[in-house]
Amino acid sequence: MKLSLIIKCNEATHVCDKAQYKEASFWEKVSLNIHIIYCRLCRKHTIRNRKLTQALKRSDIRTFPEEQKKILKERLRQEMIQ
Amino acid sequence: MPTQLLFPENWVDKYSDYLYNYTIVRVNNHEVAQDLISETFLAGLKSSKNFKGEASERTWLISILKRKIIDYYRKSNSKKGKAEVRINYNDEDAEGDWLEERVSDPYDKTAEDEFENEELRMVILECLDTLNKKQAAIFKMKTIDEFDTEAICNEFNITPSNLWVIIHRARKAMMECMEKNWF
Repeated sequence: MKLSLIIKCNEATHVCDKAQYKEASFWEKVSLNIHIIYCRLCRKHTIRNRKLTQALKRSDIRTFPEEQKKILKERLRQEMIQ
Repeated sequence: MPTQLLFPENWVDKYSDYLYNYTIVRVNNHEVAQDLISETFLAGLKSSKNFKGEASERTWLISILKRKIIDYYRKSNSKKGKAEVRINYNDEDAEGDWLEERVSDPYDKTAEDEFENEELRMVILECLDTLNKKQAAIFKMKTIDEFDTEAICNEFNITPSNLWVIIHRARKAMMECMEKNWF
């Protein structure tokens, strides 16, 4: 595998997505940062992507627990039959 | 002829996350929130004949939920004394601490922040509604529930690269929607 710090836009967006979940490696992040120095579109995209991550984090949003959903669905189904 | 119809078989998938986030800030207890939502759905089913079709399904469910939340507070208030906050300052070692405790904490979240966060949550949920079902499910699992990539791939029987494509599309749609409604 050739390690290159110069990456294309599609790779950059992928690294950017991974970075939002802290799954990008150190070198991947370096290459992304180099890429966004000269690529205006990816720079814009990266900023927006980060903004989304921050908003989601700040909101402290929760989901209704999956197993509870199943139980509740089953109960509703039972009620509807009657 | 009602303009809106009820589809109780879709309620859990469509509204449970929304109602959950709505309830949790109001009752501050996960289990109570879950119970209230079950009760709301069941009550909705029972009184579905009374649905006139003037409001959307969700608005109608929220109105039932609101009543359930009020009932919950009525009940908990009738258990006298439980709703009171009791602070004990008899501990000798902690003498004087109470003065410090009374100084306002600059890092404390203000009511305004809390309010803004609730609005933000509701916008996020509205935006999640615009994604297709599979996208939304995977995005929620990955981003909100913070499941591993591997676990999600197994659940949906997809490859990691499939997953990243779905995540990318979902994020893009979310960004666009959030930009219109929030940022």
